[in-house]
Order: sequence, then C-alpha cells, then structure tokens
Amino acid sequence: MVILRGRKVVPGTVAGPALVSHEAISGCGGIDPARGLIIEPRHELFGQSFTGKILVFPGAKGSSAWSAFFQAARLMGTAPIGMIFTRVSTKAALGAVVTRVPTVTDLDADPGQVISTGDWVHIDADRGVVEVTPAT
Amino acid sequence: MRLTDEEKGMLDGIEGPAVAAAMDLLVRYGEALGCGHLCDVRNVAGTMTQLSPVRARLVAEVGWDRAFAVINLDCDDDFEIPPMRVATCGTIPVRGEHCAWMESSAVIYANSVLGARTNCEGAASTGAASLTGKVPCWGNHLDGNRYGTHLIDVAVRVDDFAEWGMLGYFAGRLAGEERPVITGDIGRPDLPGLKHFGAAAATSGGVELYHIPGITPEAPTEAAAFGPAPVPEAIRYGADQRRAVYQDLNSQGTSTDVDFVLLGRAHASVDQIRQAARALDGRRLSPGTELWLMVPRALKVIADRSGCTDIIERAGGKVLADSCPAMSRVPPLGTRVFATDSARQAHYLPAILGLEAWFGTLDECVDAAVTGRWRGHLRPPGDLR
Repeated sequence: MVILRGRKVVPGTVAGPALVSHEAISGCGGIDPARGLIIEPRHELFGQSFTGKILVFPGAKGSSAWSAFFQAARLMGTAPIGMIFTRVSTKAALGAVVTRVPTVTDLDADPGQVISTGDWVHIDADRGVVEVTPAT
Repeated sequence: MRLTDEEKGMLDGIEGPAVAAAMDLLVRYGEALGCGHLCDVRNVAGTMTQLSPVRARLVAEVGWDRAFAVINLDCDDDFEIPPMRVATCGTIPVRGEHCAWMESSAVIYANSVLGARTNCEGAASTGAASLTGKVPCWGNHLDGNRYGTHLIDVAVRVDDFAEWGMLGYFAGRLAGEERPVITGDIGRPDLPGLKHFGAAAATSGGVELYHIPGITPEAPTEAAAFGPAPVPEAIRYGADQRRAVYQDLNSQGTSTDVDFVLLGRAHASVDQIRQAARALDGRRLSPGTELWLMVPRALKVIADRSGCTDIIERAGGKVLADSCPAMSRVPPLGTRVFATDSARQAHYLPAILGLEAWFGTLDECVDAAVTGRWRGHLRPPGDLR
C-alpha cells in the first residue's frame, strides 16, 4: 500500500476504485452528466465512466461550466465519489465543492504516476491522506 | 479563511438566509482553493437563467428560488432569493478592477485585453458573488500570478480572424492553464481577432490570461510581461505548427457534404455580423444547408437596424440571439456535418452534439453554405486574402 499526503479540498472520507487521467479534463464538451462518461473525442479516457469512481486528474480545462457539469452529474446520480487533482484552479476547486465529494490536492507525489486506473483508493480528506492499494 | 466583521455578519445570517448560504459557499470554495480572504467585487457576470436539462427539471419540481439555491449557491434549503447586491451583466470593468466573471472566453478577454482581474468563476461562485459582492481573492486577483510563463514567437504572419484562432488553439495546447506571451510577426490585432485567440486558448487549454507586449495593458514590453522572472526561451509558431493546428481542427470530418454552417462563438461581434452580411449579399444558401449567425441580443438590434439581418435572411440564413448550439444542444434537425469559422465551436460541437466538423475562414464557411460542399483548405502562410 502506498500513502500520499496532501491537503483537503472538500472534507470527508471515501474509498473506491480509481479512474486516472493524465490529461486535463473539460466539463462542457468533456463529460456527459446524464451518462457519467468522458465524451471528448481525442481524450485518453474517451467513452469511460467515472460514476462511482475516484477521479484522479492533473487539472481542469475549458469552459467555466466545469463546476456546473459536475454538479449536474451529482444531481443525476452519475458523479465520481471522490476527486484527487494536482493543479488547483477555480474550476476544479469549485467543481469539487458542488460535486460534494471528498477531495484532496497538493500531494507529496504525482498521483497520476503513483495511482493507476483500477487501484483501490481511500481518501481521508480532513487529514489529507490518500491510501492506494494497487490492483493485482 | 479570515473574514471581516461584515463578512462574518453575512455568514451569521444578519442579511438573511440566502446571503448566509452565499457566504457559506464562498468560505467552502475559498478553503478548497487554499485562499485566505475574500475581495470586494462590484462587477459580476454569471448566468442564472441558462437552461440545462437538470435546471429545467429542478425549476419544474421545486420552483425558481430553490433551484437557484441548489445551482447558484450549492444549498438545499428553502428560502426566498433577495434582489442581487451586484448587477450580473453589462458593465465593462476598468483596468485592475476585481470582478467575478464566468464564460471562459469572456474571462480571458477581461484579464488580458481589459486588464481587469477575474478568475474563471462558475455558476455557483457568481451566484454567491452577486448576493454578497465578494469572491475569493486568489489566482488572477494577485499581482504575482499575472506574469507570463511561456513565450511564443510567431514566425508566420498572423493578422486575420482565422489565423488568430489557430494561434490561440496552439497557445492553449502549449500553455495549458498558464500564461502565454505572444511576440513576432503579428499585425495590430483587432477586437474579433483577440476574442478568437482567447476563446481558442481557453478551449484547447485553460488559459485565463495572456500578454502581447506593446498591445495588452499589463505588458508594455516583453520583459514587463514576465515581471521579475527571466524571459524564457521562445517557442516557435511557424508554418509546421500552423499546419498541425489546422489539421487537428479539421481531423473531425470525413464527409464534405455540409448541412449546417455556424458563425460566431461564443457570439459574433459587430464586425463579424457585417462581414457575414457582405459575404452573403445577393447569394442563396444551398437547399440542404442552414446557416446560423449567433449574436448577443443587444447586437441583434444593431444587425436588424443596419440591414444586415435582412441581407442574411434573404440569403436563407438566420441571425439568432442569446443562444448557442453548444449550450442549447439544438442544431438544425438532421445535422450531421457542420462548418464553422470558430476554433472553439470546431472543438466543442463534435463532442457535445456528435457532429463532423470543418474549420476555416468566414468566406470558406459561406461558400460551404451556398454550395453545400466543404472546399476549404489551408492557405499558404501569410496569404491572407
């Protein structure tokens, strides 16, 4: 098990499988809140579902509707259950707040390198601790 | 977060439950950013009325006030929404003014061309800002975060609308969420050119601020654009880079049978309305092709009164106010292949509406509307007519 330490963005604890993106994620034109999918055609996660996953991504890009799209995913029951991101921005921070899921950032190692899709991830956001159990 | 007595009072409910909920959201948002305090804003641009499937359902189920509370304040409580403290539209900020704006292509214009200070806010933070006149003092509000990070040396002539869009798409890919500085073989940019550059850079990346030394207000010189940091080594935008951007934007279409032409994104400026009317004057759209020009409502009045709307409608086109197919999710019925002069639309609509896309100049788009065929091609660098 690998332990990463960082800081809280949105409080709470959660555990689940990771979905890891190495590219920034767009809200508008990037995700479909109705289906919980990444829909940007040239994105590495095109067609993949984030519902029920802990979404690990480097940063948010594109339209200011980023937070509104992830909020819509929450209201439609398709949202991720946690978030881990590297670059703090207003889109990602507000997006995590209105998605209302435990979220951390500023980790002591690059989560995109340490965590792989399918790994089991436990977030304790209040303590800023992420525990990663690699998928076998 | 350190709150002033006024802000603490709002949080404690002195000004009612809606303002308290707004302040609660701003505190949660500020802490998520790692931000220590709020700043005063008297200039907020947000959206309270834009329809989305989720909002339409919420309004139908629980009414407008509770839908506003959920979407714009992230609060599930039931209370009345008071009048806005800060008007949420229509004012142009002055240099250095703190604002809370959303719409990424407006944010980049406000920061870069006007020299105002705004982050890329969302529906919830602008909702909270409109009720409190406050927003987290973070990111672009602070001097140290406004200097350039990347230097782009333009080696092919960039001085028309399409060229600025391609350069913006390149700059966004390169700079990501950081701040490109543009030098080299550029003419004196006009408003549509800078709008297109910013909209494209905020699409391929998350750029919220750029500088053009000698043009934009915070960069009198190249050195000033980078502040205390040394000027980095320049990254070249030459014929190869330009061709790669063009091919990237035009890699989303196979059929050249164009059934929809979309001009203006987010919305067309007065110049673009006039150019579209000039290009369509006396011509007639192909029977199987629709052409929409998207404009803000205020400019629709100007388009109507100047005769441009008549010219465009006589050709078979439409001038539509206050909408955008990327938001409404409604293109003309049966659309499969569309052409646009906007790099931003060429990027977004294939994802959002599942369309094939062609990107080119206004004249190429009008040609596609008239013939029903895409015949655009990348002109040699510097060949602007």
